[in-house]
Amino acid sequence: MSMHDLTLATARDGLRRKRFSARELTAHFLDAIEVINPRINAFITVTPELALAQAAAADAALARGEAGPLTGLPLAIKDLFCTAGVATTAGSRILEHFVPPYESTVTANLLRDGAVFLGKANLDEFAMGSSNMTSAFGPVVNPWTRRGDNAPLVPGGSSGGSAAAVAARLALGATATDTGGSIRQPASFCGIAGIKPTYGRCSRWGIVAFASSLDQAGPVARTVEDCAILLGSMAGFDPKDSTSAEQAVPDFAAACKRGVRGLRIGVPREYRSDGMPPEIETLWQQGLGWLREQGASIVDVSLPHTKYGLATYYIVAPAEASSNLARYDGVRFTDRSEGADLIELYENTRADGFGAEVKRRIMIGTYVLSAGYYDAYYLRAQKVRALILKDFTDVFRDVDALVTPTAPSAAFAQGEKMDDPVTMYLNDVFTVPANMSGIPGLSVPAGLDANGLPLGLQVLGKPFDEETVFAVGAALERAAGFTTLPSLRAPSLRAPSLRAGAEP
Amino acid sequence: MSYVIEGASGPWELVIGLEVHAQVISRSKLFSGAATDFGAEPNTQVSFVDAAFPGMLPVINRACVAQAVRTGLGLRAHINLVSRFDRKNYFYADLPAGYQISQYEHPIVGAGVIEIELADGSTRQIGVTRLHLEQDAGKSLHDQDATKSYIDLNRAGVALMEIVSEPDLRTPEEAGAYLRKLRTILRYLGTCDGNMEEGSMRADVNVSVRRAGEPFRTRCEVKNVNSIRYVMHAIEAEARRQVAVWEDGGEVVQETRLYDPARGETRSLRSKEDAHDYRYFPDPDLLPLVLEEDWVAALKADLPELPDEKRARFVRDYGLPAYDSGVLVADQVTADFYETVAKGRDARLAANWVTGDFFAALNRTGTTIETSPVSSAALGGLLDLLADQTINGRIAKEVFEAMVETGESAAAIVEARGLRQVTDTGAIDAAVDAVLAAHPDKLAEFRSGKDKLFGFFVGQVMKAMAGKGNPALVNDALKQKLS
Repeated sequence: MSMHDLTLATARDGLRRKRFSARELTAHFLDAIEVINPRINAFITVTPELALAQAAAADAALARGEAGPLTGLPLAIKDLFCTAGVATTAGSRILEHFVPPYESTVTANLLRDGAVFLGKANLDEFAMGSSNMTSAFGPVVNPWTRRGDNAPLVPGGSSGGSAAAVAARLALGATATDTGGSIRQPASFCGIAGIKPTYGRCSRWGIVAFASSLDQAGPVARTVEDCAILLGSMAGFDPKDSTSAEQAVPDFAAACKRGVRGLRIGVPREYRSDGMPPEIETLWQQGLGWLREQGASIVDVSLPHTKYGLATYYIVAPAEASSNLARYDGVRFTDRSEGADLIELYENTRADGFGAEVKRRIMIGTYVLSAGYYDAYYLRAQKVRALILKDFTDVFRDVDALVTPTAPSAAFAQGEKMDDPVTMYLNDVFTVPANMSGIPGLSVPAGLDANGLPLGLQVLGKPFDEETVFAVGAALERAAGFTTLPSLRAPSLRAPSLRAGAEP
Repeated sequence: MSYVIEGASGPWELVIGLEVHAQVISRSKLFSGAATDFGAEPNTQVSFVDAAFPGMLPVINRACVAQAVRTGLGLRAHINLVSRFDRKNYFYADLPAGYQISQYEHPIVGAGVIEIELADGSTRQIGVTRLHLEQDAGKSLHDQDATKSYIDLNRAGVALMEIVSEPDLRTPEEAGAYLRKLRTILRYLGTCDGNMEEGSMRADVNVSVRRAGEPFRTRCEVKNVNSIRYVMHAIEAEARRQVAVWEDGGEVVQETRLYDPARGETRSLRSKEDAHDYRYFPDPDLLPLVLEEDWVAALKADLPELPDEKRARFVRDYGLPAYDSGVLVADQVTADFYETVAKGRDARLAANWVTGDFFAALNRTGTTIETSPVSSAALGGLLDLLADQTINGRIAKEVFEAMVETGESAAAIVEARGLRQVTDTGAIDAAVDAVLAAHPDKLAEFRSGKDKLFGFFVGQVMKAMAGKGNPALVNDALKQKLS
């Protein structure tokens, strides 16, 4: 086994068995980033010195026998998480030179558990996008290509850098955030796993806000179990976030081994859209078959308000964003474009600092909150949101989890779907309802499309029942046996340095 | 309530409503742990939350919520067990987040009432519409540099209570009485220090005028008036302006105005068309604020005695006139001072001394109750000497002045200066005889029917006795000799 094939779980095992050191493991990933990152642009900032220092500390902890759950495991951090002393850009020109003096709760939790941070992963500007094309630091290239076609594909978004880094074996796992599908859709596009936990499971403190009532942090990683391990560290009540839930963090990794025997799996009929590619429909049926074979029963259910999900999402999210992004005004921590007076300073700073998609959403959000429009848009959207949640509450009385496709297509090419923002927004159609209702959603790589591109299946669960979601996801993963590798990935640079030892 | 403005076309009545911003007394800010002390070096009391750094989140300060609830209870208002925080969005350099967290649709406190007392002794009930919690903004300093403005964020995020009255006030005097009473209640509760000069209490005034019996006409808001006197002046100036507009055949337009105390006039700040669209919406970073009924009940049980109750008790228990009671309870320290003096003594006499000679001495010496050279115990000691007839009323005033001057006790002064009252009838008779003998002409006039001269003889006897004669005994002795 070579180092680039390691999962988070096997790497942890290797560290504990002293098959390699945290410094060796970290150096391997730093080398891989040096070679591969210029081609995929998954990282905005790489922090080799910091990573090696953290790895050295990890080796010391391992030597003392004081290893935490993540000691010595190299991760990528979405550049939306504030990291003390390390530039945090949110993918935006306006925060290009912002170095936070504080560490987000989620990344602090990871550091507490011994993780090594390789650097900051690229993303759509302020997490607004489904393609990673809106980053001020250039698009991320999906490590996957269509069979017989080298056209660069998008990794999905907004956590495209996180997903691409993990898929290309540049990190064992990565933090990500999901406001309308930003963890699950790029995970699906890049052939990896990713979970958006229940709203409130992870603290939002120190994460640059996009839409506060929807934003939720979660991990992306090679396997469902890796996601479970990472989420176990990331999650937990935080008194600094008033919307954080006072819920105990269960052993998510153990839940992956539960199996699905006796579970009732719902299939929402409203997710069967007319334009869905037949191969996605086929994969979906296949996934349900796998679960049936493992002892679950499959039940047709209805989520009647699904069709309003996307429209209401694109009212609520921009509304909150328009307010959340008001602080980037050139007065304090952002770069400033001077003006003759205060208004001009604002206008110049924000005109220069924000990209087109961010400006579009600020304008939409400002519009829907304006006097005379608030009732028709924002208030009504919140009422529909309550109905979407009620749909889920109703079906979860009858079923334990839902299984759907993650996205309506496989990864598309850079430049596609760029003419009409609404076409781009349709990417989120299957993922948005989980954000609108706060429920957990996991994407698992389940198969390939006709072009050899990965496709994911989504598992949705009850609020704070990530354990069942992990159980179902792991069952799908086992049955799918997804082993195909992306065309661009880290070579086995340091494989020879692996010490001979007991096989894990 | 006969206050009207006489216009050329007849009398106009005023309609006034007040919005008071009262800074909450709390150690830390409404949504952050930063300190709130007044007068600190600029930008030394600012957390990352206050400066709206990326990813920072507000967490409600329980102490500020308790202060708002206590204030609501003090205004005899309805406490809303569920309230909500909204964002009020606007751009300004001293508003770091680009929005102020406030309570728009669902305030923590609903309808209440403030009873005001007027100079003629009458009282009126003024409705309080609501009280809500919100963040203060920072301070823009425009006078530090020719081209730049400086921002001090020490105040950014400090908790404010916005207390909105019904348009129940009809005269500048009532508005003044409302503010004074509100300030008294806030100070009793310890929820706001009420210092308008330091800006910890600020008033926006809504004014309109109308003919008697008419519905309300368009109002204007006069913003940020920083003393009670100016509030009263601003109301009158604004009302006169509006009367002139209407009488000239014009129309008052709804707008925000500023009061210029130097010119004694208001001027337009921004019109309704330029009014901000604040794009209020519920703050998604905060959950609805839910209060436990028991917690509110415990706060209620812990409230101090409030001015209205105290005034009623002073009338009932001490037999004081309502007006005097009102004067004494206007300030909790005064009320406490009075009660210490009155305890076990003649309560009405004590009230007369406190509101009379004692207040006059404070005014004259520029001291306060806290710094006064005469303590409540010392004043009580003086009253004790009066009660046991050690001194008479006239001497008491002299002793009191000496107390103010020296800070010594009444007993010590009386002893040292030999001011003890003379009750020896022999000495009094001798003094009477001497006075009558010295004024044979006056005696003759008296005998021929000029009764008023009795007072003259009393004065002469007291003078002869250096003021120390017991007045009743001197009277008796004179009556006897003159009969």
